[in-house]
Amino acid sequence: MKAVSAEEGIAMIPHGATVMVGGFMGVGTPERLLDELVRQRKSQLTIIANDAAVPGRGIGKLFDASLVATITASHIGLNPKVQAQMMEKKLVVNLVPQGTLVERIRAGGCGLGGVLTPTGVGTIVEDGKQQIEIDGRHFLLETALRSQFALVHAFLADYLGNLSYALTARNFNPVMAMAADTVIVTAEHIVPVGVIAPDHVMTPAPLVDYLIANG
Amino acid sequence: MDPQTIIAKRVALELHPGNLVNLGIGIPTLVANYVPPGLNVFFQSENGLIGTVPIPEQGMAHPMLTDAGGRPISALPGASTFDSAMSFALIRGGHVDITVLGGLQVDAKGHLANWTIPGKMVPGMGGAMDLVSGAKRVIVAMQHAAKGKSKIVKRCSLPLTSLRPVDLVVTELAVIAFHDGRAWLQETAPGISVAQVLAVTEADLAVPDQVPEMAA
Repeated sequence: MKAVSAEEGIAMIPHGATVMVGGFMGVGTPERLLDELVRQRKSQLTIIANDAAVPGRGIGKLFDASLVATITASHIGLNPKVQAQMMEKKLVVNLVPQGTLVERIRAGGCGLGGVLTPTGVGTIVEDGKQQIEIDGRHFLLETALRSQFALVHAFLADYLGNLSYALTARNFNPVMAMAADTVIVTAEHIVPVGVIAPDHVMTPAPLVDYLIANG
Repeated sequence: MDPQTIIAKRVALELHPGNLVNLGIGIPTLVANYVPPGLNVFFQSENGLIGTVPIPEQGMAHPMLTDAGGRPISALPGASTFDSAMSFALIRGGHVDITVLGGLQVDAKGHLANWTIPGKMVPGMGGAMDLVSGAKRVIVAMQHAAKGKSKIVKRCSLPLTSLRPVDLVVTELAVIAFHDGRAWLQETAPGISVAQVLAVTEADLAVPDQVPEMAA
């Protein structure tokens, strides 16, 4: 793990990159990194996230600045700008059931090619997907998701990069921290090694590439 | 009583001690208001919490403790938090006893459509498809009709949420159960006759000999 500034962290991300962003309706989202993406105007991004938040908050800021070309998410209904950009064909939206989305990301981080889920069988979600029958039950083959970057927000990060999360701000963060080539983390508090007890580490330090320093 | 209150109170009677329950947005959220204190029902919020409860008063909100809509909530003693993979493992894995969801249409076989009106409303399915596919019991809490049109239809014209039929639909007029591939009129609301329910329901309902009045 290396400590960098938000400016340095975001400078590593090229235009057009695929980026996972932790958070759920803006809760547990690395706001400082999103602000910096907007400031450096990284555009044509492919975003993977649970939802599109709301304008002015979390991932919503990326749509305010029209920086996203494609988003894969389970819900966009509370961000009218995303709906508008989709209708104007400026933005491609891939809607994925929430449990399938997180499990595809989990698979991507766990060395699996995909998962078999009953969710979506018999609905428009099954279009174009392989179906597999096991013991008389039907499943969709949902392929794994990975990304070049994951932007993760933790509650505590120690000097090594061990992370713990708080309350409902955990959500997609630890799963995404497994599934990207480069993991960049912001934390509410940076603390000495040992403050997070081994049993309370939710993301082990070797998974974290960059921790955004206070500054 | 207004329709929403009638529905929420009746659904609350379906919750039993020890149940793990997921409440959707809208009328389902109101169900928690009518659960008797001390029933020890566990409410799950799919963004990663079992043991949700409203915040005690304004000013007690924490930015890292919200429901799935991003609104502030609190956590009961004995609550637990987890990531989204665990949350949906609970949902898809059959560990959630009851999910209560809103509905746009339910058809005669119990198929639910509740996530999109193509061309008009494309919000995304969020967790709805996983909840209907995986919860042990699926209850739909919705008004009987919208703009004068029955929401209990012969066949859903809107995209389905799941092929798995729901177990129960509670409206302000009736309780309808789905089993044996059919829709059964199980109860009618106080002051509402069987004939009145049938007259405003597009789907064919099987009517047992006895149709008791909806408890509340």
